[in-house]
Amino acid sequence: MPVAVEIDNLVVRYGEKTAVDGLTLTVTGGTVTSVLGPNGAGKTTTVETCEGFRRPDSGQVRVLGLDPIADHDALMPRIGVMLQEGGAWSGVRALEMLRYVASLHSHPLELAPLVERLDLGTCGRTPYRRLSGGQKQRLSLALAIVGRPEVAFLDEPTTGLDPHGRREIWQLIRDLRDDGVTVVLTTHAMDEAEQLSDQVHVVSAGKVIASGSPDVLTEHGAKSLEDVYLALTAPPAREKR
Amino acid sequence: MSTTYAPRPGSAPWPRKVLSHAVMEFRLLLRNGEQLLLALVIPLGLLFLLGGTGLGDRLPLGDGPAVDLAVPRVLALAVLSSSFTSLAIATGFERRYGVIKRLGASPLSRTGLLAGKIGSVLAIQLIQLAVLIGAGFALGWNPVGGAAAVFGVILMVLCGTAAFASLGLLMAGVLRAEATLAAANLLYLLLLVGGAVLTPVEEYPEGMQGVVRLLPSAALANGLANSTLEGVVPWAAALSLTLWAGVLGYLVSRTFRWD
Repeated sequence: MPVAVEIDNLVVRYGEKTAVDGLTLTVTGGTVTSVLGPNGAGKTTTVETCEGFRRPDSGQVRVLGLDPIADHDALMPRIGVMLQEGGAWSGVRALEMLRYVASLHSHPLELAPLVERLDLGTCGRTPYRRLSGGQKQRLSLALAIVGRPEVAFLDEPTTGLDPHGRREIWQLIRDLRDDGVTVVLTTHAMDEAEQLSDQVHVVSAGKVIASGSPDVLTEHGAKSLEDVYLALTAPPAREKR
Repeated sequence: MSTTYAPRPGSAPWPRKVLSHAVMEFRLLLRNGEQLLLALVIPLGLLFLLGGTGLGDRLPLGDGPAVDLAVPRVLALAVLSSSFTSLAIATGFERRYGVIKRLGASPLSRTGLLAGKIGSVLAIQLIQLAVLIGAGFALGWNPVGGAAAVFGVILMVLCGTAAFASLGLLMAGVLRAEATLAAANLLYLLLLVGGAVLTPVEEYPEGMQGVVRLLPSAALANGLANSTLEGVVPWAAALSLTLWAGVLGYLVSRTFRWD
């Protein structure tokens, strides 16, 4: 399978602070790849660099072979981005927002089945500011995939959803992958990563510290992904006096 | 029927994206009471006060019937409110709510976003002009100059919009949303009183006139007044506003960011 995302020795700094420190990873096309890591590990900065929001201080990022900043206008129609929060006018109605984003694309998904699958029909005329957390989350996912992207970057897609809602989104992510969409997932939910991912990258202090399929990382199910993650990302033990 | 999510990416044609964005911003603005207050209620109230109550005869608006002096200056205020104050505040909060970021990861493109915003502003201005000019005629407004005056007004509205929209976008790009809200309203009031919007430059103290004359608000208001009071095409004011638009537009292009 072709490489969808290629990150080579990426460094991103915010002033004195180094958020991403020589990170290298690849995402194979047509897979679900999860990026895991503690808060502040550099996950969001890495993904935002792929989306063209951050400029690398050094290193290289290619998404579908394109530079996210230099080739911004060529790349954006080909990717879908689910933001962690916000991303809509406070007064816009849910379906109005979905129709608007669909209108920016040449061959958007049919809206009726998407609305039904993401259970947005009942809140279609509700202003964004009055949507519940789960409704905002489902709308944000719909906005990310309505343009029929080749790569979908999903940032914590099931935060705030009830167990039924989570399972429905998991199945949707599997369907996306089965239809050929590359999904890059950032999540704190270990069960989500374990259930969905073909490949997992664990990031800590701006670097990839472990990569592999969930099966390999969990030693064929001998450990849970959460145990593996906790062991990999444990803070260093304090020196005893 | 099962849905396929098979990738079929692509951008809509540029004009369709721009129209779609302009329509969206226009609809949202019509739902926003505060923005409508700024765009219509305040200019209309001032027009009635200055041109319909006799108050205009007591204020330093210049020589001539109060309503003839008031209409072009209230039109200038309306252009200032829609192209600068409303646009700056709306864009500042779009950034705060992540809308700019969301659009940055869409096929809209930077030029599409800016063109859509300008399209929405021009649509609002059509309504402003229709309402204020209609109210002006109802109050007895008697413009001179015929086609030259009409051309002059259109030229001033377009050049003024380019200059003040650039200023609004610059402010929204470098300040936080709350600071943009405060600064845009403050500058609106300062220009209203001290920027030769309602009062001709000649009515200011001599020491101030040189500075006030250089302001884009003075160019816009005086250009509109010259068009409808004297029937001339205000080329000098158009040049001044174009220069302002060029400098401010360059700064917007240097400071614009998607997040």
